[in-house]
Amino acid sequence: MANKKRRFKGGEIPTSSMADIAFLLLIFFLVTTTIDTDKGLGIVLPPAGDVEIEIRKENILNCLINSRGKVLLDEEPTPAEQISKIVGRRLRENDKLIVSVKAHPKTAYMDYIRVIDQLKMADAKRISIANSE
Amino acid sequence: MKFSRKTQISSEIPTASMPDIIFMLLIFFMVTTVLREYSGLPVKLPKAKRIEKLKSKRHTSHIWVSKDGLISIDDRLFTIEDISKIMYDKRVADPQIVVSLKADEEAKMEQVSGIHEKLRDADALKLNYSTKTLVN
Repeated sequence: MANKKRRFKGGEIPTSSMADIAFLLLIFFLVTTTIDTDKGLGIVLPPAGDVEIEIRKENILNCLINSRGKVLLDEEPTPAEQISKIVGRRLRENDKLIVSVKAHPKTAYMDYIRVIDQLKMADAKRISIANSE
Repeated sequence: MKFSRKTQISSEIPTASMPDIIFMLLIFFMVTTVLREYSGLPVKLPKAKRIEKLKSKRHTSHIWVSKDGLISIDDRLFTIEDISKIMYDKRVADPQIVVSLKADEEAKMEQVSGIHEKLRDADALKLNYSTKTLVN
């Protein structure tokens, strides 16, 4: 048996591709990092103090939400998905329309958001949020 | 005059320290990335379609409302009466402040409208109902 000892030829780790690997890692982290942005439905509250403004009756669209999330739009029970359609139509008829949203104190926030979302979809700019007493 | 041409100058960019530089960049970004400054309360945000992004994080202040009715601002629990004072101070410090309401989808409206009232008292009128994106 020829047990020839191999001569050691100075071992080296190839480092030329190291930069590529590090770049790849960097780009991977840059791409996958999602900076969680806050998003949601924006609304501007009226200033404090009870300012009574006279609004003509035909310019108000009442939107009532009961404790179980059912919506009454101008005395008509309305499924939540159709609010935007109806409000959109009413807005085209009357661009001075103010939607007055009134929720029962026990209404779930989710149902309220659903209604506000529908109003936003109908591009209703004037939304009045009445106090739920 | 005679110019002797120098041919011995090697024209290679030294790339041996390149990984070090890039690793340093990687570590720099990893260290400076702040993922979250506060934890808030465990809430399940409602979903909506017509959402808008909040412009800057600096001018945003969060109010967390859990489904049990707990209210938290900057990781401290408060009662509803405290909100107007805290928000007034915040608004004085930053007039452009936008309040982001992170309320649980099962929170009750009496609380949300109570917060509306307190925010109106504090004159912090820009409000944003924090929601998730509704995917059809």
